[in-house]
Amino acid sequence: MDIANLELDVSAMPAEFTLFRGEVSSDEWSTAAFAIAEDHGRLVSLWGNQRGDGTFVLSSVYDIGALIWLDLPLAKGSISYPDISGLFPSANRLQRAVGDLLGLEAAGAADSRPWLNHRMWPADYFPLRKANSGKEEFADDLADDYQFVQVLGDGVHEIAVGPVHAGIIEPGHFRFSVVGEKTLRLEERLGYTHKGVDKAFEQLFAVDGYRLAGRMSGDSTVAYAWSYCMSLENIWNWKLPERATWLRAIALERERIANHLGDLGALGNDAGFAFGLSQFMRLKEDVLRLNKKLFSHRFMMDYICPGGVERDVDADGLAVILAQCAVVEEEVRTLQKIYDDHSGLQDRFMTTGIVTFDVATKLGLTGMAGRASGIIHDVRIDASCAPYSKMDVHVSSRETGDVCARVDVRFDELFESLRLIRNLIGNLPMGAIRTEYVERGPEGSGAGWIEGWRGGIFTALYVDSKGQISRCHVHDPSWQNWPVIEYAVIGDIVPDFPLINKSFNLSYSGHDR
Amino acid sequence: MMWPLIRQIAKVGIVTEKRPVAQEMENPKEIHDEILKILGRALTIREVDAGSCNGCELELNALGNVYYNLEGLGIKFVASPRHADMLLVTGPVARSMSHALAVTNEAMPDPKIVVAVGDCAINGGIFGTSYASLGGVSKALKVDLAIPGCPPEPIVILEGILTAVRYRMRPRTGEK
Repeated sequence: MDIANLELDVSAMPAEFTLFRGEVSSDEWSTAAFAIAEDHGRLVSLWGNQRGDGTFVLSSVYDIGALIWLDLPLAKGSISYPDISGLFPSANRLQRAVGDLLGLEAAGAADSRPWLNHRMWPADYFPLRKANSGKEEFADDLADDYQFVQVLGDGVHEIAVGPVHAGIIEPGHFRFSVVGEKTLRLEERLGYTHKGVDKAFEQLFAVDGYRLAGRMSGDSTVAYAWSYCMSLENIWNWKLPERATWLRAIALERERIANHLGDLGALGNDAGFAFGLSQFMRLKEDVLRLNKKLFSHRFMMDYICPGGVERDVDADGLAVILAQCAVVEEEVRTLQKIYDDHSGLQDRFMTTGIVTFDVATKLGLTGMAGRASGIIHDVRIDASCAPYSKMDVHVSSRETGDVCARVDVRFDELFESLRLIRNLIGNLPMGAIRTEYVERGPEGSGAGWIEGWRGGIFTALYVDSKGQISRCHVHDPSWQNWPVIEYAVIGDIVPDFPLINKSFNLSYSGHDR
Repeated sequence: MMWPLIRQIAKVGIVTEKRPVAQEMENPKEIHDEILKILGRALTIREVDAGSCNGCELELNALGNVYYNLEGLGIKFVASPRHADMLLVTGPVARSMSHALAVTNEAMPDPKIVVAVGDCAINGGIFGTSYASLGGVSKALKVDLAIPGCPPEPIVILEGILTAVRYRMRPRTGEK
């Protein structure tokens, strides 16, 4: 889509990728959303902020080939803005979260139930308002009267699952309405792991925020830290040595490999094939152990830091990474063949949890799961920063949108990441791994966008003149993808839910924050 | 179909490692026997994520891989708190999880061991205390042992679990 067609007053922002930003009026907020939806643009994120003068600003970011960041300043005393969830269903929960954290209302929204506030704090307390410190404590004697949508009819009953689940996984609540074994409707309720991260950011200096960003979702720590650092580096025009971005990319691809290995094993296990779990988890453990040796941490937490990376990898280390790539490649090829030839496994994978291209497009499915439904987007290509801009990343996609497709895309992406790592190591520039430490730069705001293993991780960062964070919004692709699971399970039997859920493997913590 | 599968199993062989824990525990059989002596049965654990970033969950899951082979030691994660001897809690306690955590704890039979896993479970860690976070697990439950780390590595968690079993369960007083 051509940015000029939107007829908005936007200007290019300094960023690693193409980013336009501008202020809009309330009408323009709606018309832009309409035009972008018509043209199959995608909503990346939506959040709110309070300015120093007490007024509120609502912000949204769309992907229309380039990123476009719209700010809607509300008049003094106003807390209402036009709803866009009719055009972008994924905005529903984002708008409800803005309501819980900042007390703003999406006028005309069909669903205005609270989302993150489980009545653990009063309905008139808004943590992100500047007058509140975020340290307020409330007695938890408020009644939680969340209204689930009820399905009525002959033989319909409900199964309530969670927040504590059977295995070692994060907490969330799933309400199934079923007839016999068949799922008629699934309604999710999330927010259990909300721990006030947005407010916690506001107590940090910008140069320190990367550690907190790296703990939004532990399995994507590299992608989050990079996305955060990128936003800060953009604001302060902090140039990185080439070697640093190459090392960041090696870490990011290794994170993708580790997660895909774990998921492929778990998916086999959820279909009753324990062999897969033990084989893939063994390979994942090998990757994690090498991470510890070369990047100081099994998940590479705090490896990416503002201005570069914490530690160089020497020639011997690079050789070990290459050797591991060869082993993983060979082993996974063997395992892929076993998975593909296993009729019992394929029977569970195929036609289970289907998300068609149309549904995926309408709901804004994104990232790896999106590609399995034929939505061919990848931040590494769409908005490529160095070193991806100098590489040829092959995107994997499928049309079927079932569990099998999400398994296949994982296999493809794993091999692609191995190829990219070989490439990165082969062309690794010499030089420094970090530019000089900058404690404080000019005030401003900026964005970061990185393709984590789940999908694009977006950061909007606002830094004040003292070098402190005045607002930081980090967005996990799970916001888009959670609602899609409610559609993916329709018509499947309840026992298929764990398999379908695992095939997306979304983040609770990254979503709840 | 079966042959490639069996070939792969045979090729990998048994990779379970000796436990690099305290000297006297090098032999898995000894750990096994000790758990049996103290508990008279396998050790069962109910895990609750009270608000973690999922980093600790990754390491708890890793304990089940073939290198650590947790189940081979007679230690098992169970779904029902009614079947559990130990409650293992990760994360700062998000206020929205405090109720579910308390109910899980109540559902467990006495005597039970409560172990806090990770820096967040100790004092809220990087997330601290706020309108949405109670901080460490000790704000919600009586904690017997805390295992530091962000996240603690599998072997450290395993050491912690064994330590907790030894020191908490030996006097079988049945106290609350």
